[in-house]
Amino acid sequence: MITLEVLKVGIVSCSGEAIPEGTLSRLACRKVLDELRPAETVTICLPLFIAGGPEEREFASKYPTITVDGCEKRCAQKSTEKLSGKPSKSLLIPEILEEHGIAKPTNLRNLRPEEKAAAQVVAEEIARAVDEVLGG
Amino acid sequence: MSQKASKVVVLSCSGIGKVYGAVARETTYELMDRVRPGVVVTTCLPLLVIDDPEALQLVAENPVITIDGCPKSCAHKSVEAHGIRVAKTYQAINFYKAHKDLKPGGIAELDEKGRKLAAVAADELAQVVDELAAGEEK
Repeated sequence: MITLEVLKVGIVSCSGEAIPEGTLSRLACRKVLDELRPAETVTICLPLFIAGGPEEREFASKYPTITVDGCEKRCAQKSTEKLSGKPSKSLLIPEILEEHGIAKPTNLRNLRPEEKAAAQVVAEEIARAVDEVLGG
Repeated sequence: MSQKASKVVVLSCSGIGKVYGAVARETTYELMDRVRPGVVVTTCLPLLVIDDPEALQLVAENPVITIDGCPKSCAHKSVEAHGIRVAKTYQAINFYKAHKDLKPGGIAELDEKGRKLAAVAADELAQVVDELAAGEEK
């Protein structure tokens, strides 16, 4: 019997409760998961690599993974590498914003319209990375 | 913690998959911005996952409240994984159980009832924050 498995990409987002880029990362990743690539992506809460069990720590071995970080500390990338497996791609929000000439966000919540627009731009970059991983 | 604490650290669930993670985060922001500004502080929970020295120092030197979004209790466990005791721990779903007229919706962004629930929860946690800030940990 032939089985067809649809390959999905795992998205690991910076949660960044203390930085506006973390909020932007969460919003952008949700857009990818819910709107841009809902059939091709899954996610995991980053702290589950510590708080969860073996199933959660196998995430990066089950799925090619894209990490999205809000700052240079790169928690998502480092946690995934350390506790689960090497990501296929690692994106950094400040780099994406700089490439698009977009100002850094300043709000932790209640994002302004221009900050929500920035989240859309970041989401489209993540979606492009998903396509590259699946096509690669 | 016998001496008076100047800050209280509130750490919320980092989840981006469930509404109660968003409620936990919004409750933290309400405490920080409106209810007890200057007393309540937070840090990014994943910094504890990568053993960030500044984040570890913050939670080691101040009383910590965790607010989790699901029974996996990532916030609570991420602190305790470093041998640091959590002073008070909450599950955000219990905020809803106490206020069933405020059923939250939304994940990336909470709806109006979700924001109201977080505001009410933050008001109710104010006394606990005050006790911890005064070094009256029970």
